[in-house]
Amino acid sequence: MNSISKIQKELVEEFSFFEDWMQRYEHMIDLGKSLPLIKEKYKTDDNIIKGCQSKVWMHAELEETKLIFTADSDAIITKGIIAILIRVFSKQHPDEILNADTKFIDQIGLKEHLSPTRANGLVSMIKQIKMYALAYKTQIN
Amino acid sequence: MDIEKIRKDFPILSRKIKGNDLIYFDNAATSQTPIQVINKISEYYSKYNSNIHRGVHFLSQEATSEYELVREKIKNHFNIAKKKEVIFTSGTTHGINLIASGYSNILQKGDEIIVSNLEHHSNIVPLQMLAEKTSSILKVIPMNLSGDLDLKAYKKLLNNKTKLVFVNHVSNSLGTINPIKEIIKEAHIHDAKVLIDGAQSAPHFKTDLIDLNADFYVTSAHKLCGPTGIGFLYGKEVLLNELPPYQGGGEMISEVTFEKTSYADLPHKFEAGTPNISGVIAFGAALDYLNGIGLKEIENYENELLKYATRKLKEVKGLRIFGEAKNKISVISFNIESIHPYDLGSILDKMGIAVRTGQHCAQPVMDFYQIPGTVRVSFSFYNTKKEIDFLILAINKAIKMLS
Repeated sequence: MNSISKIQKELVEEFSFFEDWMQRYEHMIDLGKSLPLIKEKYKTDDNIIKGCQSKVWMHAELEETKLIFTADSDAIITKGIIAILIRVFSKQHPDEILNADTKFIDQIGLKEHLSPTRANGLVSMIKQIKMYALAYKTQIN
Repeated sequence: MDIEKIRKDFPILSRKIKGNDLIYFDNAATSQTPIQVINKISEYYSKYNSNIHRGVHFLSQEATSEYELVREKIKNHFNIAKKKEVIFTSGTTHGINLIASGYSNILQKGDEIIVSNLEHHSNIVPLQMLAEKTSSILKVIPMNLSGDLDLKAYKKLLNNKTKLVFVNHVSNSLGTINPIKEIIKEAHIHDAKVLIDGAQSAPHFKTDLIDLNADFYVTSAHKLCGPTGIGFLYGKEVLLNELPPYQGGGEMISEVTFEKTSYADLPHKFEAGTPNISGVIAFGAALDYLNGIGLKEIENYENELLKYATRKLKEVKGLRIFGEAKNKISVISFNIESIHPYDLGSILDKMGIAVRTGQHCAQPVMDFYQIPGTVRVSFSFYNTKKEIDFLILAINKAIKMLS
C-alpha cells in the first residue's frame, strides 16, 4: 500500500522531469485519460463540483475502510487535474485523507500554472474530497 | 495605416509571455493602451492634479478645463446635440444601472421592457431588477442561428405598454452588428425609449447619435484604448431631466439645507462626488489617438482581419464558428469538435495567445446554441495577419495535444 505522502512525492518527481509547461500539460492530459471514470448513474447535478468553469462530477464510495473516488469532466485538462488528485487520495482511509496536507500542489507548481478559475476549481475539488472523507469517517466509526 | 508604427505606440505589445511574443486577441474584453494615453495620466498627476469645479486656484482651473474639454470631445466624436447630455460614469454597466434605476420611479405595474437574446449580462440583470421592483414585464427579442436578431418578432413584441428597449449595438459574444437605427425607429412609434449599449461598437466604427436618434447611449473608455473605470452616458436632455439623481453627494447639488436640497442642472446632477478626473482626461487622449488614425481606416483594416481569420479558421478541421451575421465586427466565437473551449484556451495561453473562453457574460446566447461556451478571438487595429497565422498554428498544435 502506498501512503499519501509517498504518492505525493512520486508526483512531484514525475513532474520535475519535464522541461516546460507544454510538456507538463501533455502529461496531465495523458493522466486524464487514465482517470477512473464515474459511473453514468452518478453523473447527476448533485455530484457536480461547483466553482469550476468546466463541469466536474465526483463520486466516492467506501470499500471496507478505504474511500474509492471516481470522477469525470467535459474538459480534458481538468480531467488530468482530477486524475492527479484521485491518484493521491483514492484508496485511502478517510483519516489519512483528512490529515493529508496539499503542499505537493505548490511543489508541482500546479496552481501557478493554471488560470485563476482553474486554480479555484482545484481548491473546490480538494474541499469536496475532504468533505467525502469527513462524511465517511463517521460511517466507519 | 502603418501597423508597425502603430504597434510601437503600445508598450504592452512588446511583452514576452512564457517566452513567446504576446498575441493579444482579447480586445472585446479590454483594449490595450497607447503610450499617448499612459502619458496623459502621468501628465495629469505630475502637473495639475487637483479637484475640479470648485477650486479658485490655478491647478483646479486647469484640471477643470481639461476635464470639460473631454466632454466637448465626446460630444463631437459621437455627434451629440448638447454638451450637458454627456454624463461621465464609471463605465457601461454604471450607465445602464443609472437609467434602469431612474425608471424604477417612472414605470408602472404591467409596463413592458424589451431586451434582446444577444445581451451581455450587464444589459439584462439591471432590467430584471427594475422589472421586479416595478412589477413590469421583461420581454426578449429572439435570435436566429446566424446570430442575428429576429426583427419581425421584435415588431410583434412592441405595443403601447412598451416603455423601454435596451439593446446592444454589437453583440460581445458573437460580434453581430444589430440594426439599431431600425430598432429605435420602431420603438419610437410606440413612444418607447431606447438605450443602446455601445461597449462593443464604439471601438470599431463611427457612431452618430443624432442620426441614430437614440434616447440613451452608454460605453466604456477601456474598450476604446482608454483607461478602466471611466465611460459616459448620453441621454436626451428632456429625458435626463425627468429622472431623479442616482447618487447624492457633492457636485450634484445647487443648494443644501437640512430642510431641503435642490439639485444641480445637467450634467452635474448625475455626477456626485469627485469624479475619475485622470480617467476622463485620459479618455480624451484615447479619442484623439483613435481619431488620429481614423475610425474609417480602423474599420476597414479590422474587416480585413476578420475576413482573413474567418477564412483561415474555417480551414481547421472540426471548427465551427458561432455567429456569422452579415454585419459583424472583428469578433469570432468558435469551438472545435469534442474539445472543451477551456482546454483550448489554456493551451493557447501557454503559447502566449490571449483569448477569452467561456460564456462571455452572455449565458442566454450559449443556451441558445446549447453549448457550454466558446473560444472568442477579438481583433483590434494593432493586430496583424501574421498573428492570425500563428493562432492557426497554435490551434492545430492544441488539437493534436487534446485529441
